[in-house]
Amino acid sequence: MSKLRIRVDQDKCQGHARCKSLAPELFELDEYGNAHEVGDGTVPAGLEDKAWLAQTNCPEIAIEVTEE
Amino acid sequence: MSDSPSASYLPEHPPVTDWVHDFDHTDPVWTDDPFPIWETLRAASPVVHTERFLGCYMPTTYQAVKEIAYDTEHFSSRRVIVRDVRPEISARAPPITSDPPEHKPAKQVLLPPFTPDAMKRLEPRVRAICNELIDEFIADGQCDAAARYTKHIPVRAIAHMLGIPEKDGDLFIKWIHQILELGIKDENEMMSGVREMTGYFMAHLEQRKLEPGDDLISQLLRAKGPGGQPLTDEHVLGSLRLLLIAGIDTTWSAIGSSLWHLARTPADRERLVAEPALIPTAIEEFLRAYSPVTMAREVMKETTISGCPVKPGNMVLLSFPAANRDPAMFPDADKVVIDRKENRHAAFGLGIHRCVGSNLARMEMQVAIEEWLKRIPDFRLDPAGKVTWSEGTVRGPRQLPVLFGKNA
Repeated sequence: MSKLRIRVDQDKCQGHARCKSLAPELFELDEYGNAHEVGDGTVPAGLEDKAWLAQTNCPEIAIEVTEE
Repeated sequence: MSDSPSASYLPEHPPVTDWVHDFDHTDPVWTDDPFPIWETLRAASPVVHTERFLGCYMPTTYQAVKEIAYDTEHFSSRRVIVRDVRPEISARAPPITSDPPEHKPAKQVLLPPFTPDAMKRLEPRVRAICNELIDEFIADGQCDAAARYTKHIPVRAIAHMLGIPEKDGDLFIKWIHQILELGIKDENEMMSGVREMTGYFMAHLEQRKLEPGDDLISQLLRAKGPGGQPLTDEHVLGSLRLLLIAGIDTTWSAIGSSLWHLARTPADRERLVAEPALIPTAIEEFLRAYSPVTMAREVMKETTISGCPVKPGNMVLLSFPAANRDPAMFPDADKVVIDRKENRHAAFGLGIHRCVGSNLARMEMQVAIEEWLKRIPDFRLDPAGKVTWSEGTVRGPRQLPVLFGKNA
């Protein structure tokens, strides 16, 4: 299975925090509640479904998921 | 017509017969059941117009709502309620009434107190509030869930955050009714509510300056504006006005609609009792299907939205609730699917004006539904009672009579 990588577009994120709620292992929030990918955004094995879940629930379409 | 606040300008609202060309979100038919109306409007055009409210557009699709929400160049937030009158703008409530570039610094001051982590610290108090309320009526075997439960949760939670007495909640509820419901058609009610609220908060502001605490009012007084200077009293008062107006009947409505749905849908109720871990997902679906909040914009420059021309001088009824029922965006949009997997609903808005209290609202909804279902797992609408809905900008049940226990 290919590796996934996630990235939160800071120009689009408005801090709905849906990603943090659905995939807390993959996202962290700053002091304003805006989301950032954890580390370099590499999705650990087993968390792929959560990455897609976060991506498909972001109201601002701010999360990019790429397959490497 | 006069712009004077004392003018008793009360246009009539004749019953609507042609929704597509003469819509009115204060019509009793809309208040009672807006969903078929939105379908009619959406089928007619992505943007419809009415001459009521001195001229107002309504985007009917998710796409059109999104285009307007993202377009701060042609659409201003300086008026966020569609009303019969457009008096001079006096009582601002930053950041909801702010446009760029003032918007961002005004919003950033408010964001830290409302992060999910901050809400986790408030959660135990909200859980206790819910149980205190349930204690008051559970032995009766029935209650008006809107009057006895959902109405009091947000008001007490916000009072707790602001460090003001929770018992002052009834005052807040009165002001909000004057501003958000009566104020659509009656300028005097609006101004009276704003005036009383401002006086009340001014007194608390002065008191916090003498004795600062770690409540939200004190935090705002300590906060620094973009240039490093403290916020003006007017700015702090405006933001407090916003928290109260935006944070109370909205969540009251959202919790109420969720309970209304569960009262009449035994299968969903039983599933959430058996699988409480599904409650957060169900809450998102309730937010989508019964979004309480409709916002507004004012058209500043001519443009087109989803191909439809839009002209200055008009307001825009920015219906996130209608967007969330658009079948082009949500499969089975009119069905409530409590385990819906993909749900990019816009109940808290889209773009820079995303509701600053969304984390608070979600926490309150989740806790309110969890605690209710723990203690009252079986309940149903009282066939002898009547469910009534609020009118205008925020939609939710204002009377919600329910009976506890299994159907006899």
